[in-house]
Amino acid sequence: MAFFDSIGRNAIGGLAYVGGLARLSGRAAYYTLIGPFRGKALRWSRAFHQAMAVGVEALPILSTITFFVGLILALQGAYELRKFGALQYVAGGVAVSMTRELGPLMTAIVVIGRSGSAFAAEIGTMKVTEEIDALTTMALNPIQFLVTPKFLAMIVMLPCLTTWADFMGVMGGAVFGVTGASFTFGGYVQATLDALLKRDIITGLIKAVMFGAVITAVGCYEGFETGGGAEEVGRSTTSAVVMSIFMVIIVDLIFTSLFYLLGR
Amino acid sequence: MSTPDTEKTLSVRDLRVRYGEREILHGISFDVPRGETLVILGGSGSGKSTLLRTLVGLQPATSGEVWIRGQDIAKLSEEDLDETRKKIGLSFQGGALFGSMTVGENVCLPLREHTQLEESTIQIIMRLKLEQVGLAGFENYMPSQLSGGMKKRAAVARAMAMDPEILFFDEPSAGLDPIIAAGIDNLILKLKKAFRMTIIVVTHELASAFLIADSMLLINKGDIVAHGSREEMEKSTHPRVRQFLDRVPEPEVAEEMDYLQMLTGEAPPRAL
Ligand SMILES: Nc1ncnc2c1ncn2[C@@H]1O[C@H](COP(=O)(O)OP(=O)(O)OP(=O)(O)O)[C@@H](O)[C@H]1O
Ligand SMILES: [Mg+2]
Repeated sequence: MAFFDSIGRNAIGGLAYVGGLARLSGRAAYYTLIGPFRGKALRWSRAFHQAMAVGVEALPILSTITFFVGLILALQGAYELRKFGALQYVAGGVAVSMTRELGPLMTAIVVIGRSGSAFAAEIGTMKVTEEIDALTTMALNPIQFLVTPKFLAMIVMLPCLTTWADFMGVMGGAVFGVTGASFTFGGYVQATLDALLKRDIITGLIKAVMFGAVITAVGCYEGFETGGGAEEVGRSTTSAVVMSIFMVIIVDLIFTSLFYLLGR
Repeated sequence: MSTPDTEKTLSVRDLRVRYGEREILHGISFDVPRGETLVILGGSGSGKSTLLRTLVGLQPATSGEVWIRGQDIAKLSEEDLDETRKKIGLSFQGGALFGSMTVGENVCLPLREHTQLEESTIQIIMRLKLEQVGLAGFENYMPSQLSGGMKKRAAVARAMAMDPEILFFDEPSAGLDPIIAAGIDNLILKLKKAFRMTIIVVTHELASAFLIADSMLLINKGDIVAHGSREEMEKSTHPRVRQFLDRVPEPEVAEEMDYLQMLTGEAPPRAL
């Protein structure tokens, strides 16, 4: 009985959490899309700085990780393909897995670690030090001022980073293709291009946009939910990371199923 | 309940505020006429900061009304409330400076966001405000590089940035050295005289309170104990007022048994 009880309570808590995320995203969307027509200026320069922090500064670590992931994919794929003497399919396998799944996902993981946690820490600290209240008393809406620029930055940067991640993954795969299989570099790239369909790339980028929205919503929501005290900031940061990963996987599952059912 | 006088800049009617189950303010009413300075006195934890937070709409009231410039703030739309907020300034007890901006940017922020002023004008206003609180030349410091008292003064400068009609100060001179504290008192007097600002100050400094106040309000555990002009307060015979003004400590715990109870948190065994 207690078991079902706790399932019920968790389900309700989960729904409330998603409701909170949706409300926050809705308000942020309002200030992004409708606000500018009602004299609430968008903060382009703040969004630009966020975009630099989210995107450009993530490039070195993202490049390294996705390069190795591409290489790992090639090795794992080759292990199976070798049995059938079908090593020439490694290029296509890597390309499709990267663009459809691992490019967006690895990008999301890196961005969660770097930016999702930072959003929660930044907003959480501002909550604890009454800076959020100070914004409010200065007639500056905290969501408009803090969250909207982050949404803009993330929704633009995640697809860009994902595209780069796809590219680095293919490069990683090419290293195996050239050294472990009998590809020339040009041949590997050609095989990749032949195997990829436009929809592989597009579905991946759609996911990336969704991941960007989810990570921003969770990071900011956890920040605003921070109670009093510095140790609470640490707690929200941790929970922003864990919840973001969880939510990204759920969104990934939903969209992957959707694309599957639509034959995309 | 009388309808609040619209001539008053600030009117509070039977205000009750609670955090969860615990009621902090138990029905508070007072008025502040335009251009006057009200000093709020009261022991630590008696609800002064909570009162200020409620007055500016940060903390919702459980019941009762707050009228600012003739408008009930609970009935205002988000947009109208923001319009009202542009005309008030609040310096927080802890400063609440934006840690990611320099002191100068903190002061400039409301000007940049809410006015069409030229950047050069904004810079001049910012320097002027910092100069008024004795922080000239510190505009490029980050808040983390300031001492506690300097943060407090920077917060005062930021609250004044928009030349508000109503200024709220939560303990502006706590932790400041006497010279700087006197400077803040002078600043408040000057703002009152030159700009007819309505000023509400929470303070523990009695000397300062008697210097700047037109009227004074003593709160004890969420109730108004006394409210009156400076002279009325000085002459008051109310025991709580006298205790506060004459700085008499709480009486020693009378009974040994009560003392024991306080330490152990248990009811004392009853004598048969
Ligand atoms: N966010 C909060 N949640 C719950 N209780 C709170 C909260 N803020 C304050 N309180 C309680 O409300 C009471 C009044 O607090 P408040 O900060 O208004 O006191 P104060 O008069 O400003 O004291 P001080 O002079 O020490 O600043 C305190 O007993 C405090 O425990
Ligand atoms: Mg206080």
